[in-house]
Amino acid sequence: MALVDVQDLRKEFVVRRGSGLRRERVVVRAVDGITFAIESGSIVGYIGPNGAGKSTTVKMLTGILVPSGGRVSVAGFVPSKQRTKLAARIGVMFGQRVQLWWDLPLIESFELLRHIYRVPAERFRQNLDMLGAALELGPFLRTPVRQLSLGQRIRGELTAAMLHEPDILFLDEPTIGLDVVARQRVRELLLRANRERGLTVLLTSHDLVDIERLCSRILVIDHGHLVYDGGLETLKERYGTERVLVVDLEEPRPPLDVEGARVIKVDGPRQWIAFERERTNAARLTAQVAALAPLRDLTLQEPDIEDVVRRIYAEGATGSAGRSSTA
Amino acid sequence: MGEPLESAGLFLRLSAARIRAQLQYRTSFALQTVGMFLISFLDFAAILVIFANVPQLGGWSVSEVALLYAISSLAFSLTDLAIGHLDYLPQLIRDGSFDLLLVRPRGTLFQVVTQDFQIRRIGKVAQSLMVLGYALATLDVIWTPDRVALLIATIPAGALIFASIWVAAICIVFWTTEGNEAANAVTYGGTFFAQYPINIYDRWLRRFLAYLIPTAFVAYFPCLYILGKADPLGLPVWLQVSSPLVALAAALAAGLIWRTAVRHYQSAGG
Repeated sequence: MALVDVQDLRKEFVVRRGSGLRRERVVVRAVDGITFAIESGSIVGYIGPNGAGKSTTVKMLTGILVPSGGRVSVAGFVPSKQRTKLAARIGVMFGQRVQLWWDLPLIESFELLRHIYRVPAERFRQNLDMLGAALELGPFLRTPVRQLSLGQRIRGELTAAMLHEPDILFLDEPTIGLDVVARQRVRELLLRANRERGLTVLLTSHDLVDIERLCSRILVIDHGHLVYDGGLETLKERYGTERVLVVDLEEPRPPLDVEGARVIKVDGPRQWIAFERERTNAARLTAQVAALAPLRDLTLQEPDIEDVVRRIYAEGATGSAGRSSTA
Repeated sequence: MGEPLESAGLFLRLSAARIRAQLQYRTSFALQTVGMFLISFLDFAAILVIFANVPQLGGWSVSEVALLYAISSLAFSLTDLAIGHLDYLPQLIRDGSFDLLLVRPRGTLFQVVTQDFQIRRIGKVAQSLMVLGYALATLDVIWTPDRVALLIATIPAGALIFASIWVAAICIVFWTTEGNEAANAVTYGGTFFAQYPINIYDRWLRRFLAYLIPTAFVAYFPCLYILGKADPLGLPVWLQVSSPLVALAAALAAGLIWRTAVRHYQSAGG
């Protein structure tokens, strides 16, 4: 059985609008019939605009919210019914929530969590050694949490989420507030845990580099529906059909007029020409440009995930364009 | 037996960590504890003021009311010491930090009450013990084994009754996210009522206190038995010794209400 199995999952919230006598009840469908499965040992990116239903889904997977309909199973448990059993098998890190004890040294928070999660002392020591080295916690292990910088605290939170060796890690914006070096360290740690002990990760992030470096599979949610489920390359092909040919001409020229493409930027002799995959290809375009002006150099830019996601968001926001392409 | 013992151990460990944190500010801690101790005497002073004007209250002498007061106040202050952090539940729910308690392999109620441990609340326990000492020294009671046993059993039973009332009342915040005031009216109000003989109250209020919110079982009914007083309301004698059972029933009911309420938790921030 898959580690995470979600079938036709739904969550409705009753919202009261207005005030006084004119209050009315409105049912909001935050998650509206989602189905997917995650196999053990994969790292999955879960992306979508704010309010799309991302965190509501994660909260149902972790036993925080009781679903309105559908079925969920995580690590063989039904989250809303076997919450404490499930909790021992999962690790959770929500970017904005502090689970460390504010006025205790970091190491004491870990020590308390060891008892809460019933981790044997020897295992705890090994895990803390490994995580401490990977995230370089040493210099501030004895500092009260309230005195830590944001980046230090987040590394502490991630350690707290991994000390009990969870089967699956739910990470919400794990690299927010981290500097480039720390970001890289977090990514390496996750990849290593994934490789060495088959850790499964479900990751929501606005940092698309996280998604590109870590995730072999991506789920895109919008308006409570799953609008994409598949690999990164296919996602780019489907949504990122526009590529950019960057040409360096011998001398500055006004924007070139080429068939099936358009110039989106000019900087001296360099021009950026965007084109749709279906309408032309790089070879034909290069030949056209060369016929118009002497070429010195060229590069081809593939769409990056940022463009892809921006496009999904734009389509999602305007209606069903995204939904119709559900795999 | 392993499970409850292990949880009790964790309770102590978490509380000890909270106390260590508070002891970083020793002076403030000492002042607050002494303050709590002194302020709680005002409570008892109010009763003494009444007795300065009347020799008896509803047929109870000053020593008898002191026993009633001491039992109920000791039960309440122990509850307050152990689970007082329940007052912060509305805040945990409003800012969504209750989420974090749900993803840990422990009971949510246990985690809420162990979020903090205000050692200064021990001031109120000390004051209750002193009033109990005064009552025991001045009372004219023949201490038969059944009376001693009931007195000893009454204090944890009373604490459990108060705790159950508190838990049940605070659950309203799972629906309203506010509601500390409503819960406080029931808990602190209940404590106040439990410090006086219930026959001085109006009939409907009496029934409310005896059955719906069982504060009469915290001290009043056991005191009737311990002091060998006839029940002015003519209620059956077995009611006077049934506090431990009432406490268990109240705890079960409160547990059920808590479970139902947690399933209604709607987690802030979508």
